[in-house]
Formats: sequence, C-alpha cells, structure tokens
Amino acid sequence: MVIMSKSRTLYDKIWDDHLIHSENDTSLIYIDRHLVHEVTSPQAFEGLRDAGRKVHAPNKTIAVPDHNVATTSNRLTNFGSEEGRIQLETLDKNARDFGIHYYPVDDIRQGIVHIIGPEQGWTLPGMTIVCGDSHTATHGAFGALAHGIGTSEVEHVLATQTLIQQKSKNMKVEVSGVLGNGVTAKDITLTIIGKTGTAGGTGHVIEYCGSAIESLSMEGRMTVCNMAIEGGARAGLIAPDEKTIEYVRGRPHSPTGEKWEKAVEFWKTLYSDPDAKFEKELFLRAEDVAPVVTWGTSPEDVLPITDFVPSPESFQGNKIEAVKRSLEYMGLRPGQKLQDIEVDAVFIGSCTNGRIEDLREVEKIVKGKKIKSGIRAMVVPGSGLVKKQAEEEGIASSLKEAGFDWRLPGCSMCLAMNPDQLLPEERCAATSNRNFEGRQGRGGRTHLMSPAMAAAAAITGRLTDVRDI
Amino acid sequence: MEKFKTLEGIAAPMPLINIDTDMLIPKQFLKTIKRTGLGENLFFEMRYDKNGNEIKDFILNREHYSKSSIIIGGANFGCGSSREHAPWALKDFGIKCIISTSFADIFFNNCFKNGILPIIVTEDIHKNLLLDADSEKTSHMEIDLESQKIIRSNGDQIDFAVDKFKKYCLINGLDDIGLTLKNSDKIIEFEKDYSDKFSWA
Repeated sequence: MVIMSKSRTLYDKIWDDHLIHSENDTSLIYIDRHLVHEVTSPQAFEGLRDAGRKVHAPNKTIAVPDHNVATTSNRLTNFGSEEGRIQLETLDKNARDFGIHYYPVDDIRQGIVHIIGPEQGWTLPGMTIVCGDSHTATHGAFGALAHGIGTSEVEHVLATQTLIQQKSKNMKVEVSGVLGNGVTAKDITLTIIGKTGTAGGTGHVIEYCGSAIESLSMEGRMTVCNMAIEGGARAGLIAPDEKTIEYVRGRPHSPTGEKWEKAVEFWKTLYSDPDAKFEKELFLRAEDVAPVVTWGTSPEDVLPITDFVPSPESFQGNKIEAVKRSLEYMGLRPGQKLQDIEVDAVFIGSCTNGRIEDLREVEKIVKGKKIKSGIRAMVVPGSGLVKKQAEEEGIASSLKEAGFDWRLPGCSMCLAMNPDQLLPEERCAATSNRNFEGRQGRGGRTHLMSPAMAAAAAITGRLTDVRDI
Repeated sequence: MEKFKTLEGIAAPMPLINIDTDMLIPKQFLKTIKRTGLGENLFFEMRYDKNGNEIKDFILNREHYSKSSIIIGGANFGCGSSREHAPWALKDFGIKCIISTSFADIFFNNCFKNGILPIIVTEDIHKNLLLDADSEKTSHMEIDLESQKIIRSNGDQIDFAVDKFKKYCLINGLDDIGLTLKNSDKIIEFEKDYSDKFSWA
C-alpha cells in the first residue's frame, strides 16, 4: 500500500487504499462491490464458463434484473419479448450457478441496481464499486469510487475482483449558497452539465462540494452523482458526513458492532485535504440555479424553464449542425417559449429520480389535482421497497387518484428496453438521465427535468415552471 | 483477441459530435446474450428507415463506404452508456479503428478490449482526415500501430499517441484476465492486508 505524505483529494485517498500494484501508468485496483444486471453480464459469465473460471469473490458480487423487466403486474409470465425472457433466465441461472447474491424479480428487494445497492447497505463510503452500467456513478454520493465498466471488464472483475485502470484527474465542482424555491438536486446536476458540456469531465473524477451540496439529502446527492457520467466524468464523489453515516446505519449489509465503530472512524477521514490539488475547478452559486429542462438531444442542451428554444446560429463550430439536427428531431423552432411546449407523456422514475424522496416531491405537486386529460403519465418506483414505502405513505394513492399509472420497479422508460416506450414524435417530460435520439423509443422526444417539474408538466400538459404551481 | 498491428482501409467521415451509444446500437439489440451478429444493426436508426429499408444517403450505406474499416468521427465519440454492444457492433460491421478529437471514457476502454483502436488527434489533423475521408479518391488510409502512424493517401505520415500497455495488448491480441491472473499472488496478499484494515468492507 502506498503511503503518501502530500495532500490528497478524496479520490486520491480511495485510489491509494485500493491500489494493488502499478506499472507505468497502468494500475491494478481492488474492487469492493460488483453489481451485476441482466443486460451487460451474459457474455461475461459465458467467458468465465468457457475458460473454466470461477467468480473470485461471490460474497462481493450482487445481481439483480432491472433493465429488461416489465413493470406490469403480469411480469412473471409476460416478458415483452422472447429475447428478454432468455436474458432474465440467463441471469437467474448465472446467479445461482456462481453463487452470488441475487434479488430475483419476484423479491420485494428487487429494483434498479443503483437504487438497491445503497438501500441494502452494499454501498458504503470509501469503497470501490463497479457495474456494467454507466450510472454506477450514483454510488459516489456515499464517498465511494463508483463507475461503469464494459462487459469485458465485468468478466475481469468477476474472475479477479480487480480492474486494470489508468488513474483519472481530479476535478472539483463547488456549489455554494442556498437553493431557491422549486430548485432541486436534478436542477443542480443538469445546470453543471449545461456549463461543462457532455465532455467537460472526460478523464476526470468530479468531487461535488460546497454548502448547497452538503444541504442535499442522500437521495439528492445520488441524483447529482448519477449524472456525473453525462458530464463525461468517470465518476462523481461527495465526501461522507453525518447524513451519509445515518443513511447507511442499520441497513441489511452495513457493518454492525465493533466493525461499525471502526468503519465510522475511518469514514471520517474521507475528505479532500484542504490544500489538495484539482486539475479542473468549477464554481457555481446555488442562487444562480433555476428549475431547468433540456430542449435538445444531448444532456448539455439545458436551459432555465423561463427561457426560449435557442437558434443553431447562437452556437459555435460543430455544435451548430448538431443543434439543427436536434431541433428537427425534437420538432422545435428557435425562439419558441419553453413553457409553451406541450407534452404527451410523463415518466417518473429511473436511477436518477426513482427514490422515495422523488415520489414525495411529485405527490406535493399533484395531490388533490388531476393530470391533464390525454396525458400518459407513468410512475415507476426504483425498487420494490421504495414502492412499498410509497404505498404505506399514501403517495401511491395520491398519484393514482391524480391519474398516474403506478408500476412495478425497473429501469422502464429510461432506456425503453422493456415495453415501456415512447411512440414516434411522442413528447415526454422525463425524470431520467438521457435525452438522446431514440433513447425512450424510436422518434420519441425527451425533455429531462426534476420530479417536481415533471409533475407540474403532468398537471398542465406543457413544460411548466414548478414555481407557478 | 485478434491481433492489431497494421490496418489498411477506407475511412468514413462522420463529423457529427456526440455520437452516442444509443445511436451506435439501440437498446432493442441489447437483449442478445452473444457478442456476435450486431453489425447489421450498427447505427440502426440512421441507417434504416421505419420500414427497414436502407437510407441511401447514410454514409455507411453508400457503396464505397460500406466497406469502411475506419471512422473519422466527431468529438466525444461513444458518449452515453457502458454497453460493450457498441464496439461489438462496430467490429462485427468491420470497423477496426476510430479517429476523433475526443472519446467518452468507457467506450474508449471498451474498444481496446475488442481489438478496435481509438485514436485521438488534434482538431487540425482531424479536419484534414475528414477532408480525406470525404472524397472517395483519398479515403484510403493506413494505420501502423507499431510505429504509431496514420498514413494518408498522399503519403503524409501522422504520429499518434497510445497507452503503452493498451498497445502491447492490442499488438499481441492479449486477454487482460490472463495477464491479471499472473498476479494472483499479489491479489491474495492484498486481500489479506485489506481485510485486516477494512474488516467492515
């Protein structure tokens, strides 16, 4: 283990703790938790079988189906497609054959992998966490180094519990001040991407800090880190504090007794030293963050809801052509008021915004109201336990009364691998993380926003400033 | 993995920025449990119309470029999800090298694991290579990984940088896992110290 005397960032500290060895710029790092889902793992398990290899640390490997699962009540018998059924069955077989932790689709703890990791206490501060999914960045909210990997790397981690890596650079994003009314974690993270661009974080690990970040709940912090990848960063991190410790206390796989005491003592050392060096820095005033929506087909296409659709000519270089293309795809014209854009569908859910706090935000807006007639509005809780809690808190009944379709947990319309898809030219207010062409269904038009903003859009039938509701 | 030493082939110009993994291979094709057969669905929505017919204007549908093995792509190529189906689809189609001014991190790594060489060049060089690729006459290029050179149709040679370890793996067609398992002792030793120090993990 390398002992360094110089000032280190939080990322440097976690890296050093997990470094097995290093040669030139290439390092072998140890992985504490490997999360596995049905879409990016079958070929990796097949590779293990072909080579006669075992899973190196089955007790640190956790599998759950989420991308492909149907969100309707008949999902144990109706898979949407034969290929989908085979993929789910393959995960089931692999999980059992290799003896890894597993939450099958009929287990109440099943849900989106990035929601159940923290929920079950698998995600702890200071850990390295990987998953064959780019939104693994979510777990960074706990001060864990967490990032997405490809299937070849999934196989590598299964076989060795390590990953070959080049160390990233450090980037700091500081958000200070007090968030205004109606402004949420989603608005912070989208605003940051709007400023850095989708490649602004490439090659870096972002540490989010500042009073506005500290003021966020763990749920909010997860939303911020979740979209680090949309800013191009390898991972997002937030230093653990009392809120973090309280969140993980007592979870099924959190440490207990003496181990807990030892862990907490260690977690308190997980912060960037005051004079640690960051290669890139961005400062943002919380007061300058407004409720935002995306208007284009890249998450960097973000504007405050009070703004107007921009013209391609207001951009530079290759972005001009890209904006022309995205406005055509989105069926929008320059100068159009964002608040005049009518929506056909509303999607609440995903690893970005499918947690209990997100559903509470939606309830606040829609309770006692009805969604605009003709709008297709869907709520997909992030896990079976989130669903249960929302039902117990009465959120589910408020949302159902308002006209929302209350679904079973999964990734659902965020990536539309299951039957939950937009139709061509159908326009959706979505709490998910990507507005790429075709992301939510071929020809579908996605506007990303916070749960409160999506709820407001469901009521009025158009993109709406939540502060006016 | 197939060895990558030199490559000669046609380069297709795709200057659009932020070519994301949903464009490369949309989700309906992620249901496969195999690594092969994805090439026909590469760039699916740009390549085929709603009735499944080829869109003639799309660069890789044009006869000359349908045999491309190199893409000169726009900035932030491969952004989005971690799906390795994207490089699998590229490889299955016949693409072995992508040249851009920048790549998304996970996609960049995924390419190397599949014998595809992603090359980062400056904007000036990128512009020239796009111009070369734009014309059928000059669209033929050569990549020499050993000497780290791109050789244009006019004979000009352009140096490029590549990580030493990644180059070594590509040239020798090496499987990472085999290499790492040579260090099994180090991993086991590390795990012992680690579980003493971080018993809660």
